[in-house]
Amino acid sequence: MNPVFERLLANGPVVTDGAWGTMFLAMGLRAGEIGDAWNLTHPERVEAVPRAYVEAGSQVILTNTFLSNRITLAAHGLEDRLEELNRIGVEISRRAAGGRAAVFGSIGPTGKLLVTGEVTEAELEEVYREQTRILAEAGADAIILETMGDLGEAVCAVRASRETGLPVVACMAYSSGKNKDRTMMGVTPEQAAEALSEAGADVIGANCGQGIDGYIGICRRLRAATDRPLWIKPNAGLPELVEGRPVYRTAPEEFAAKTVDLLEAGAHFVGGCCGTTPEFIREVAAKVRQWKARGNAG
Amino acid sequence: MAELSKLYDAVLNGDAKTAAAVTKEALEGGVNPIDLVNQYMVPAMDEVGRRYECEEYFVPELLLAARAMKASMDLIRPLLASSGAQPAGRVVIGTVKGDLHDIGKNLVAALLEGGGFEVIDLGTDVPPEKFVRAVQEKQANIVALSALLTVTMPAMRTTIETLKEAGVRDRVKVLVGGAPVTQKYAEEIGADGYGENASEAVTLARRLVAQ
Repeated sequence: MNPVFERLLANGPVVTDGAWGTMFLAMGLRAGEIGDAWNLTHPERVEAVPRAYVEAGSQVILTNTFLSNRITLAAHGLEDRLEELNRIGVEISRRAAGGRAAVFGSIGPTGKLLVTGEVTEAELEEVYREQTRILAEAGADAIILETMGDLGEAVCAVRASRETGLPVVACMAYSSGKNKDRTMMGVTPEQAAEALSEAGADVIGANCGQGIDGYIGICRRLRAATDRPLWIKPNAGLPELVEGRPVYRTAPEEFAAKTVDLLEAGAHFVGGCCGTTPEFIREVAAKVRQWKARGNAG
Repeated sequence: MAELSKLYDAVLNGDAKTAAAVTKEALEGGVNPIDLVNQYMVPAMDEVGRRYECEEYFVPELLLAARAMKASMDLIRPLLASSGAQPAGRVVIGTVKGDLHDIGKNLVAALLEGGGFEVIDLGTDVPPEKFVRAVQEKQANIVALSALLTVTMPAMRTTIETLKEAGVRDRVKVLVGGAPVTQKYAEEIGADGYGENASEAVTLARRLVAQ
């Protein structure tokens, strides 16, 4: 395991970054356009996002590569740019970090389902192997899979990511079922914790999904189900559409106050997903500092 | 003679191979294809929907049941057509312009087909004009719109407006669905119905065509 990651594990809790996609939308990303393509066309806009997070107190930032796997890029006609998109994604975050934050290479679901046979485990592993190898070669400190819905796909991604030799963070998104405590494919936190730990993930987590209130309970359940460190990045609530634009209702102060509940529930890494901004991270970082000052450690 | 209850079980358990085998045997044995649909497959899909509603089933089980249903329907459909039997309704379905997500849309399409509807799937990133053309050419009576992204939801409104401008809005019922879509939004943009999940979409489609 690399020293950067060891330091993060030894000195918790750790403040991660907030959302990227919803920030890009505010900066003019259009419907149908993928944010990852901005690594090529608007690198300065991309860099402004993690830079703002580092200034707000993020100790870990991700890369703008969530969609840059071969399957998703092919759907957008960008598969020829796969290597560049991932390499430049790491370079942008590295510049923004300026030595003050670790850079975790982000990967996401392909949108193809194992259960229907439209893709096989071997194909998924190859797709993730290709992407994570580039992220690792470009200098990412760890690999993080986010917003996973299907456990089979997440396990393939963990396996492939581990081949890079980097630490692996594995997160799923919980927003389905009556209690909104399952993934789209019906996976519970307990099932995820068991299978992802078994597959060799170094950190288990939850991101996106239903909002921070429900994620406190999900964090507790993950804590009870695995001894791995936990990573929790909830949305700023579920979006409402107001005059054609998504609006997230949770305020930064409210979000940060509840982050303390996540720490109490056993989270080691905390931050935000869709709808969160540098303002949220500034508030979260302040709460984490206060929490540590009270004698708590991750 | 095949044991027909096996067809019900095969659909319920998502066993496409058995569903097709039992169907084939039954049809060769002279069983009326409409009876196969109405007495075994539709009840099986209703049970699948019930299990989904009470969280015994999740998306994977729904997908597998829909596939089993489809395996059987592929054998039955040609016979239904030649017997002059009418589908429950004709649905044009697609993910709206700017949105490439298709898991939810495919699931709704499969369940509608399982529910006895004829489904014309336009795919993803479908421009409003393409919906209009399909409604005109296929004589559809339902248009089903899907979106996963909050930023592509406005394309649902545009699509409905384009249907109006083309003078075909009154001919069809418009259903909308997808993770960020709500009942309130459906009403705001003048859709006829909103389904919170795929199995609700089928119930809704049946209710709307019965009106």
